Amino acid sequence: MSIWLNHDSKVIVQGMTGSEGRKHTQRMINSGTNIVAGVTPGKGGKGQEFNDRVVKPVFNSVQEAVSQTGADVSVIFVPAKGTKSAVYEAVDAGVPLVVVITEGVPVHDTADFFQYAKNKGTTRIIGPNCPGLITPGRSNVGIIPANITKHGPIGLVSKSGTLTYQLMYELRDIGFSTNVGIGGDPVIGTTHIDCLEAFEKDDETKAIVMIGEIGGDAEERAAAYIKEHVTKPVVGYVAGFTAPEGKTMGHAGAIVSGSSGTAQAKKEALEAAGVKVGKTPSETARLMREIMAQLG
Amino acid sequence: MDLFEYQARDMFAAHGVPVLDAVVATTPEEARAGAEAIGGGTVVVKAQVKTGGRGKAGGVKLAHSPEEAAAKAGEILGMDIKGHTVHRVMVAQGAKIAEEYYFSVILDRANRTYLAMASKEGGMEIEQLAVERPDALARIPVDAITGIDAAKAAEIVDAAGFADDVKAAVADVIVKLWGVFQAEDATLVEVNPLVKTEDGAIIALDGKVTLDGNAGFRHPDHAALEDVAAADPLEQAAKEKGLNYVKLDGEVGIIGNGAGLVMSTLDVVAYAGEEFGGVKPANFLDIGGGASAEVMANGLEIILGDAQVKSVFVNVFGGITACDAVANGILQAFKILEEHGTPVTKPLVVRLDGNNAELGQEILDDFAKTLPAGAITREDTMDGAARAAAELAASGQGQGA
Repeated sequence: MSIWLNHDSKVIVQGMTGSEGRKHTQRMINSGTNIVAGVTPGKGGKGQEFNDRVVKPVFNSVQEAVSQTGADVSVIFVPAKGTKSAVYEAVDAGVPLVVVITEGVPVHDTADFFQYAKNKGTTRIIGPNCPGLITPGRSNVGIIPANITKHGPIGLVSKSGTLTYQLMYELRDIGFSTNVGIGGDPVIGTTHIDCLEAFEKDDETKAIVMIGEIGGDAEERAAAYIKEHVTKPVVGYVAGFTAPEGKTMGHAGAIVSGSSGTAQAKKEALEAAGVKVGKTPSETARLMREIMAQLG
Repeated sequence: MDLFEYQARDMFAAHGVPVLDAVVATTPEEARAGAEAIGGGTVVVKAQVKTGGRGKAGGVKLAHSPEEAAAKAGEILGMDIKGHTVHRVMVAQGAKIAEEYYFSVILDRANRTYLAMASKEGGMEIEQLAVERPDALARIPVDAITGIDAAKAAEIVDAAGFADDVKAAVADVIVKLWGVFQAEDATLVEVNPLVKTEDGAIIALDGKVTLDGNAGFRHPDHAALEDVAAADPLEQAAKEKGLNYVKLDGEVGIIGNGAGLVMSTLDVVAYAGEEFGGVKPANFLDIGGGASAEVMANGLEIILGDAQVKSVFVNVFGGITACDAVANGILQAFKILEEHGTPVTKPLVVRLDGNNAELGQEILDDFAKTLPAGAITREDTMDGAARAAAELAASGQGQGA
């Protein structure tokens, strides 16, 4: 299998008729994703045309889209101002997996919609400020380039988009079960631990790459989880050793505050849990190669 | 964005949190006038710097008359406190303090909600209190949707063990501080100390507020709170161009796409630099997924404006924007900078990987042939490129900028 996303995932796009939504929906269609509809309030009833005369229906509400198509994944491209209400709508419609690509969402909105989804108990949120997830060759939800890797036995979870792509590309001859970009915001719907748990249970995944970066203590908690619960080999990478204290490094969550959130602390915690941590992305890929060679 | 104490005080006042009368002053004369304006009695003159420990550093002084306030302001203004120069003081009414408490509400990343912390033992640094007297600090999770209402505030003051005679008043202030946190999209609201005066009033004596930059679109007033004068000029210029740039102390300029990849690039350059006498990355600059010619040109312009920079490392992974487009972007950027009269004068090391990598590399190699030797060095790997850029920076040192 793979985690959370497969051939039969039926995907709707909230914000499909906007320029970003259209562009990335075309890319998702090209990479084999089963896009069943789009949602744009006020534009329901019209179809949105894509290349090769492919037309996807557009609905006014997520509820309508779900009841007409049986969609079980929603990917959100609406601007930050409208993200909270878009997530509420998807949660209310009972969509099991909601992937929030939007960058720049106020953290109060994220904390709020995360709590809302938690209270309902039926929706997993990935993101915000993330590239989405891809099960190579089967389905691609978000903005991850599909043609840089192939399907295979490695599971990958990362806070960073481009570092995900870098590792996907370096290990393209081995391939990946699922790559999950969980996003670089301070509050995110799906954590490293959620992905580790899912990869541990997934038969197809033989080994795991975990990419972290400065800020918060998610990597330290993931390390503790690995020690207790993960039997598959894990290779880690942490970015931001040279980041100065108190400066936000691109991602809203990437900040060292005082002595907390440092890359060094994260690396040490992972190593203490038996995770091999690469000094550079390339070394991380090499470590994974060695592990795959040992696994045969 | 972290606020100055006086900005936090004004924000508290706007939301009904009890604070003392105060004015901000940038000269001794303003401090004198301010002290008069708030009654002419005993005042406290406080350095306005975004760091702790200013009391110990001599940045907080008592004054008993407007003249003395001016004199104390004169002593404090211009002082250096942990690397922060004091440009402003806050002149605040004196208060007769009976007891000092602590309260804060913060974003709790790990639990993906908020955390309220309260103690009836305020005044000392909270990190110290948490270590030395953990039982004295109540930590109460706050639901992101329901927040802190009167009942939640009562739970917090109970947990912190406040005396019965102040419970109601402290709880009332806590609800108002939650109002600040929520209405202003803060990620931190801290009052240390929250005091009870001798006449029994509860007052927020010193406040810290951190605001969420992502929420700026619903707070047009927040932009004015930014301390533009203290910002690094290159960071300010980059911000005006919409670039995600952080100035660091080093010699290798860095341009990359994606926050994680750029952070990683800084690390890899720092490792490589160890071999070359400790050469370091000069900046963080994420030009995003598109890596268009215009953004590339803007980025190069900022980096070349940093006199410390001796070489530039462009590290791009071509995903959605394939490497040939990125290579053409670099070509265009050279032309744009030539037209601006700010041609690229420092050696570039470029590493392009990902979609259409070979095509991108060909375009770059062809372009490099039209330039003086060494103007563009192309490397296949990130590690190799980091090494080349560090070596160039090291050999360029001493030649002057």
